[in-house]
Amino acid sequence: MLNGTTAEIKPREALRINPAKTCQPIGAMYAALGIHGCMPHSHGSQGCCAYHRSHLTRHFKEPVIATTSSFTEGASVFGGLANLNQALSNIFTIYNPEIVAVHTTCLSEVIGDDIPMMIKKSIEDGTIPKGKVVIHANTPSFVGSHVTGFANMTTAMVRYLAEKNGHRLFQLNLIPGFVDPADIRELKRIVAEMGVKAVVFPDTSGVLDLPQDGRYRMFPHGGTTIEELKSTGDSSCTIALGHFTSHPAATELDEKCGVGCAFLELPIGLTETDRFIHALRNYGGVDVPATIGDERGRLLDAMSDMHQYFHKKRVAIAGDPDHVIALTQFLSDLDMKPAYVITGSPGKHFEQRVTEILKDQVPDAVVKQNSDLFALHQWIKNAPVDLIIGNTYCKYIAREEKIPFVRFGFPVLDRMGHRYFPCVGYMGALRLMEKMNDALLDHKDRECADEYFELIQ
Amino acid sequence: MIELLPERQPQVVRKADGAPAADMACGKASTAGSVSQRACVFCGSRVVLYPIADALHIVHGPIGCAAYTWDIRGALSSGSQLHRNSFSTDLQEMDVIFGGEKKLEATLLELIAHHQPKAAFIYSTCIVGLIGDDVSAVCKRVSAKTGIPVLGVHSEGFKGTKKDGYRAACEAVYTLVGTGDTAGIAPHSINILGEFNLAGETWILRDYYKRLGIEVVACITGDSRIDDIRRAHGAKLNLVQCSGSMTSLAKMMERDYGIPFKRVSYFGIEDMSAALYEAAKYFSDDPTIMHRAQQLVREEVAAIYPELQRYKQKLVGKKAAIYVGGAFKAFSLMRALRLIGMETAIVGSQTGDKEDYKQLQEMADPGTIIVDDSNPLELAKFCLEKDVDLFIGGVKERPIAHKLGIGFCDHNHERKEPLAGYIGMLNFAKEVYASVASPVWQFAPRRARSK
Repeated sequence: MLNGTTAEIKPREALRINPAKTCQPIGAMYAALGIHGCMPHSHGSQGCCAYHRSHLTRHFKEPVIATTSSFTEGASVFGGLANLNQALSNIFTIYNPEIVAVHTTCLSEVIGDDIPMMIKKSIEDGTIPKGKVVIHANTPSFVGSHVTGFANMTTAMVRYLAEKNGHRLFQLNLIPGFVDPADIRELKRIVAEMGVKAVVFPDTSGVLDLPQDGRYRMFPHGGTTIEELKSTGDSSCTIALGHFTSHPAATELDEKCGVGCAFLELPIGLTETDRFIHALRNYGGVDVPATIGDERGRLLDAMSDMHQYFHKKRVAIAGDPDHVIALTQFLSDLDMKPAYVITGSPGKHFEQRVTEILKDQVPDAVVKQNSDLFALHQWIKNAPVDLIIGNTYCKYIAREEKIPFVRFGFPVLDRMGHRYFPCVGYMGALRLMEKMNDALLDHKDRECADEYFELIQ
Repeated sequence: MIELLPERQPQVVRKADGAPAADMACGKASTAGSVSQRACVFCGSRVVLYPIADALHIVHGPIGCAAYTWDIRGALSSGSQLHRNSFSTDLQEMDVIFGGEKKLEATLLELIAHHQPKAAFIYSTCIVGLIGDDVSAVCKRVSAKTGIPVLGVHSEGFKGTKKDGYRAACEAVYTLVGTGDTAGIAPHSINILGEFNLAGETWILRDYYKRLGIEVVACITGDSRIDDIRRAHGAKLNLVQCSGSMTSLAKMMERDYGIPFKRVSYFGIEDMSAALYEAAKYFSDDPTIMHRAQQLVREEVAAIYPELQRYKQKLVGKKAAIYVGGAFKAFSLMRALRLIGMETAIVGSQTGDKEDYKQLQEMADPGTIIVDDSNPLELAKFCLEKDVDLFIGGVKERPIAHKLGIGFCDHNHERKEPLAGYIGMLNFAKEVYASVASPVWQFAPRRARSK
């Protein structure tokens, strides 16, 4: 499929080939699903909503609900007020969610719909029943990426719901970022193991990783409740994981309610998990229990046992900026050489941070924000790598160039592990190591000459 | 009975014993605020044109529309894989303000120079319609510069339903028809319209027509090539499968080239055979075609029948729910299910029209629920009420069925085995059996409770 890709690199101004990102609204929809009893609402054409739901369903293999304003030509001329009002009326009448989280689309943004005004009108005319909540985020598809959309909706949760009552609560806020339900489940386990009380938001565990129980529920048991979100304004502090996905909401919370914040990366790999545990210890005022220490010890033991197989392996990483930054740190801890590190999302912080991590070990690494998989493929053609790590779309490059491949990030459309096993924390790091080690050694076992085929590795 | 949005009630019918078919409301935009399974105009255009493998497909708009339609169609190509890449203009805020025409033109020139495609399709997305880009002018300029057809597809998402997207796609394709040389086309020749080569289905059908002695000039758009489409007007007959998507193209070809068209379906033994006989009857000037058709049907049915019977024994009395894009597919599925002994308890579509729903009601057993433009809550409740064993649908319906402990068969883009033709019928039976009879469901609470 990619046999048209050439090693010769020409400057491209106007063209995106095989993107490493998608648009804001899907991120907003995913974040909204992390609120308990929430109906995400797409204010735009029907297609946006259908595409986002299908795409999320392919990644999670779960039913994904959302409603749409079903824009028509009329709405594009007269604005979407009537559509949103009718939509809210129908949603509360029939589906009866606790809360509706509206996100915009490129269409409604260009038309210039004023969502807060529309929500206000719908409250005034009684369309939104008493006790029910509607929040919104502006998520124009022509700005940023799905990561931006996630951050915007998470920030909207704070903007609309966080309250400061003046009684400091003995709890932390934990903003986990655009990670899978299995990751959130693991973060909550670690927090509980540490003996810290935390409000985790948005929390899609228990929403998009449901057991089969013979029932279909539109609003599953999981998700951060509105009460919990309100209480975030009185928490003692916030731990925000990921510059792109979580820091904006934490900043908003600090500005709005004066809740101080620890800005961390995603706890992927040893170093970043250490920082996370350290923050929990500091801000939670607890000691690290032996069980967590043992988990770290087991990870370190595996890193010691297997380090020779990772040594100086050249790796290409593509994915969402927070994931890639943290993973780059982990690979560098393992003495690997991330040679190409890209994200499709725009943001200078990405290049600064990754370059800083790699400055001693891989000073010549190619690090690019706002890039795409076509560019990555061209670089690989010029100087190959031993391993590719990224979302499912990287499989085309892996196949064309016969390079071992580990799936990581969003979306994973063709494997199941991410739905059940985390990549965060010490245990998540072990899983990532296992996957990388398997990919490298399976490749060697398949490709190497007989005399180099080893029983014991 | 489940609770429905009041506006939704005219879109749901329960077939009553002996009652005449009721008029169903359909073809309307989904009610704002419903969890619709439907898509948009762009989606309609993109799925129809996507399989044209030697053309460039460029999505003109912000990145999402290109990202969500990147290689999800499952339409196979025997040669060029160019169509499986994702090309887009990835419009940014500045483009929205100042217009995206320059970007589009630069993109086109760059890509055409590199890939040397036979044609290029430019899909307009929602905001292109609003920011006022003159896509047609760009297409004209680039076409003049490069010498290949550059075709704008008017697929702004909000300008109608998925069906309008089909029409826009047909209009774009139609500008190619009539531009090629028809010399050498056999007197008994057809085009297949609305067949997309999912899992290689077109290849099976091409083989059948070859055995009949009928030339397939173009399959639009399954494994199709621009040059085939250019000379499609040289065919004597159009067979239209996915009628929702391609009837407008067939009508235009009938109007301008006098090529008649017939609706066919390639799913199930009955419909597949009827499709072959339809063409044979049309070419009755050569009776050997009919003989060959009869022989082909005999051979193919004999080849699959015994195995099909074995599946039937295991599946008899099981109940199915069907929720698909086009209603015509639902007819075939109901017949195919009957052939393996299964009942259709629920049948619905995203885009059926009044006539379609009338016919569905006539075909359905009493008590069957017939539904237009449904949503997960409705579908789940219908499934539990009818206690179905199988759901046939697309990507959004699969996890709902699985949560309920119900088997599933993807009859949409994500099918992995060809389901068309005789071998397709056998594959269908196998797939249905594999899912319905899976030991997994014995652990499902629904079944475990009733044990």
